[in-house]
Amino acid sequence: MIALLLILIPLLSGVGAFFLKGGNNARVWALVSSLLTLIISLLGLTVLNQPGNLQFRVDWMPEIGSSFSIRLDGMGQLLCLLTAISFPLIFITTWNHVYKNAHNFFALMLLSQAGLMGVFLAMDALVFYFFWELALIPVYFLCSAWGGEKRIAATFKFFIYTFVGSLIMLVGIIYLQSLTPNHSFDISTFYKLVILEKTQGWIFLFMFIAFAIKMPVFPFHSWQPDTYEQSPTATTMVLSGVMVKMGLFAVIRWLLPVLPDASFGYGETTVTIFAVIGMIYASLLAMRQNDMKRLIAYSSIAHIGLMVIAIFSESEIGMQGVMIQMFNHGINIIGLWIIVEIIEQKYGTRKLSELGGLAQKAPAMAILFVIIALASIALPLTNAFVGEFMMFTGIFTSPIFRYEMYIVPAAGLCIILGAVYTLIMVQKVLYGNTNTLTEKGSDIRLNEKVALIIIVALIFVVGIYPQPFLDLTKDTTNFILNEADSLKALKK
Amino acid sequence: MNALIILAIFGVLMMFSGLLLKQKSLIRLLAIAGLFISLLANILETRGIHFFSIHTEGMLNFDRFALFFNSILLGCTFIFFLLTAKEIEKVGKNYADYFALIFFIHCGIVLASSFSSLLILFLGIEIISIPLYILTGSDKRNLKSNEASLKYFLLGAFSTGLMLMGITLIYGEAGTFVVNNLHSVDKAPGVLLIAGIMLLLFSMSFKVSAAPFHFWTPDVYDGAPTVFTSFMATIVKAAGFIAFIRLFYYGFGNITGEWQFIIAIITALTLFIGNITAIFQQSVKRMLAYSSIAQAGFMMMALLAMNNTSTEGILLYITAYSLSTIGLFAILVKMKDYTFDGFNGFAKHQPLLAGAAVIFLLSLAGIPLTAGFISKFYMLKAVVQTGQFLWLVILAVLMAAVSVYYYFRVIQAMYFKEGAAPTLEISNSFKWTISIVAVFIILAGIFPQLIFHWFYF
Repeated sequence: MIALLLILIPLLSGVGAFFLKGGNNARVWALVSSLLTLIISLLGLTVLNQPGNLQFRVDWMPEIGSSFSIRLDGMGQLLCLLTAISFPLIFITTWNHVYKNAHNFFALMLLSQAGLMGVFLAMDALVFYFFWELALIPVYFLCSAWGGEKRIAATFKFFIYTFVGSLIMLVGIIYLQSLTPNHSFDISTFYKLVILEKTQGWIFLFMFIAFAIKMPVFPFHSWQPDTYEQSPTATTMVLSGVMVKMGLFAVIRWLLPVLPDASFGYGETTVTIFAVIGMIYASLLAMRQNDMKRLIAYSSIAHIGLMVIAIFSESEIGMQGVMIQMFNHGINIIGLWIIVEIIEQKYGTRKLSELGGLAQKAPAMAILFVIIALASIALPLTNAFVGEFMMFTGIFTSPIFRYEMYIVPAAGLCIILGAVYTLIMVQKVLYGNTNTLTEKGSDIRLNEKVALIIIVALIFVVGIYPQPFLDLTKDTTNFILNEADSLKALKK
Repeated sequence: MNALIILAIFGVLMMFSGLLLKQKSLIRLLAIAGLFISLLANILETRGIHFFSIHTEGMLNFDRFALFFNSILLGCTFIFFLLTAKEIEKVGKNYADYFALIFFIHCGIVLASSFSSLLILFLGIEIISIPLYILTGSDKRNLKSNEASLKYFLLGAFSTGLMLMGITLIYGEAGTFVVNNLHSVDKAPGVLLIAGIMLLLFSMSFKVSAAPFHFWTPDVYDGAPTVFTSFMATIVKAAGFIAFIRLFYYGFGNITGEWQFIIAIITALTLFIGNITAIFQQSVKRMLAYSSIAQAGFMMMALLAMNNTSTEGILLYITAYSLSTIGLFAILVKMKDYTFDGFNGFAKHQPLLAGAAVIFLLSLAGIPLTAGFISKFYMLKAVVQTGQFLWLVILAVLMAAVSVYYYFRVIQAMYFKEGAAPTLEISNSFKWTISIVAVFIILAGIFPQLIFHWFYF
C-alpha cells in the first residue's frame, strides 16, 4: 500500500493540478501533495515497514509477461526518501517565484515526481521503462516552457540524448526478456538468468548507454550544462538532485546482478577510464566558469564520476558509500541550487563577476551557504565526507581493480580541484566589496531560511551519525554483491 | 461477408443520395449511419452471426484475423467520418459521390484482407486503387491535385501490371491461384515462382509506399485534398499491409529464405529514407507524408518477423498509427496555414486541441503510455524473437529517435512559440471527438488488452 501510494499521490494530484485555477491554489496544492508523499515515505520507513505494506503486484499485460510489480527495498527506501524530501524543499524555496500558467507548472512537477518514484520502485523491467520515460516527458515540457532564453534548443538536445539512450535500453530489455525461460519481465527472473559473456557484453552496452547519458558519464555529458543552465531552477533541482540518481540506481539494480561478467569487466576498464577523464575534465572546466549554474553543473559531473567508479569496485564498503552518497549528493546540490535561485531572484544575475560582498548584506545566507559548500567538498562531519571516504576505501580495497594505484590519486586530485572551484565560488559571491548591484541587498526570507536550515540539519545528521542510513541499504548491497558473485561462481 | 455486402449496398445508395437528398447534412448522416451499420454487422460476424450465406468457392476466407482487422479499419473510418465528414463538403460539388467512393474502397479492403485466391487479391487491390485515383484528383481546379492524381494513376497502373505479371508467373509454376497451395514443401522453388514472388513483392511495396518504391507518396499525399490524404495514409495503407502480410504468410511462409532478406533491406531503406527526409520538410502535411513512409518501415517489420507477436503487433500498430494520424490530419484540416510556423501559438488559442495533438504526436513518436509505444514495442519484440536482424532493430530504434525531431517540432511550435495560429471555425462536437480519440490512445497504451480482448475471446 505504501509503495502504491508513493506513486499514486503525486500522479493523481499532478493530473488534478491541470484543472486548478489560479497560481496560488496550485502552489498550495503541490506543497500539500508533496508533504503528504513525504509523510507516507517516512511512515514506510518507520512504523509501517512490514514487507506486506512495501510491495504491490497486479497483472498488467499477462500476454507479454509483464506485471505491475513494485517494491520498496533498502535502496528504494533511501531514494524515495530523497525524492520525497526534495519536492517540498523545492516548492518552499520557490514559493515567491511567479510562474505564468502556474497550474501547469506544478502539475508537471508532480508528474515528474510520480515518474521518479516509479523508477525507484519498479520491479518489472517494462514498468521500469514506462516510469523512466514518464519522468522525462514532464521535465521536457517544464524546461521548454519555463526555461531561459535558449531553452528550446537546449532541452531538445537533452530530450534527444536521453530518448536515444532509453530506446537502446529498450532493445536491451527486450533481448533480456527473450532470453528468460517463461518470457517474463520480472526482475527475479532476470536475476536468475545465466548469460554467455559475449552476449552480456552487448546487452551491457545497450543498457549502460542509457544510464550513462542520464548520470552523465564523460562522453555523453554535453547536454547537461546547457540544460541545467536553461531550465527554471526548480526543474534543475529535480534534474540534478534526483534524476541523475536514476542512472546510478539503474546500474546497481538492473545491470550488476543481471550481467555481472560484463558489468565488472567493462566497469573495471572502459567505464572507469571514462569516468576519471570526465572527473578531471569537468573539474577543470568548473574552475573557469563564470555562471554559477554552469559551475555547479560541471561539479555534478565530477561528483557523479567518483560514484560511477565506486559502483564497479565490487566491494561492500564502496557500494555502501555510493548508496549514502546518492542521498547526500542530492541534498547538497539542491542546497546549492537554492542559493543560486535566491541570488538570481534578488539580483537578477548568476555571474560570479557581477556579484560580491553578499556576506555583509545577508549574513544568515552566508553562513548556510558556506556550510553547504563545505559539505559538497566533503569536509569531515558533513554528510559527503562519509560517502566519499567509504567510496575511496572501496576503490582502494577493490578485489577486481588492477589500476587503483592510478585511479585513486586521479580521483583524489578532483577532490582538491573541487575544493578550489567551490571555494572560488563562495569567495566571489560572499566576500570582497559590494558593488552597485549588491549594495542594496538584504537577507533571505523565512521560507528560504527554513529550507536551507532543513538541508544543513540533514548534512550534519548524516555526517555525524550515518549508521541508520547505512543499515537501511546494507541488505540491498549484500544482496546485489552476492547475486553477482553467485552468478559468476555458477559459470565457473 | 456481412460487411462486404452491406458496404456495397451503401455504396450504391450513396451514389443516388446525391440526386435524391437535397440537404447535405442528411447525406452525411446517411454515410455515418451506413458505416456504423457495416461496423456492427462485421462485429456480429466475429461473434458468429452471419446475415448472408454465399458460397465463395474457397476464394474468400473470413477468418478471425481478417474480421478483426476489418472491425478496426471500419472503426477508424467511422471516426474519420465523425471528425472530417464536414470538411469533405468543401472539396468539391459531388459530396455524395465521395462517400460512395469511400464505401467502395472499403469493399476492396474487405476483399484484400480476406482473400485466399490470388485473383481476389488482385480484385481487392484494384477496387481500392481506382476510387483513390478519383479522390486524389477530386479538387478539380487545383493543379497540384490534378498532377497528383495523374502521377498516382500512372505509377499505380504500372505497379498493378507488375502484380498481374507476378500472379501469372506464379500460376505458371503452381498451376493454381489458391494461396495456400502455391508451393509444396517437397521440391525446391523454381525460377518462375521466385520471379513471381519478387514481382508481387515489388508491387505490394509500391502500394504500401515502402522505399525504394515510395517516390509517388509525398507528391500524391501533398497534392490530394487533405481530408483524403488522411484516409489514404492510414486506412488504405493499413489495408495494403494486411494484404501483403496475408499473401506472404499463407502463400510463401514456408520459403522465407527466398525473400526475407530482401524484405529486411526494404525495411531498413524505408525507415532510413522516411525519417531522414521528414526532417527537412517545412509543411506539416508533407512531413506527415514522409512520416507515413517511416511508419510503414515499422509495419514492414511484421512481415519480416512472421510470428504470433508480429500478428498481434501489426493489429495494434495499425490501430495506434491510424487513429493518431487521423486525429492529426483532422486538426491539420482546420488550420489555415499548413507550415510548421502556422502552428505557432496554437496551444494558447486551442488548449484542448493542442493537448490532443500532443498525445497523437507522442503516440506516433512511440513515447510510453501511448498506444504508439506499445505497438512499436511489439514490433521490436517480434523481430528480436526471430533471433536474426538485430542490426535492423538497432536501426529502427535510432530512426525512432530521429522521428522525435520532426514530431516535436510541431509541439515546440504549438507550445513554446508565439503566434496567432489562424484556424477555421471549430465546433464543440469536434473537440469532444478528438478528446475521446486521444483518451483512447492513452488507454490503449496502458491497457492494450482493451484491443486484444476482441482478438482473444
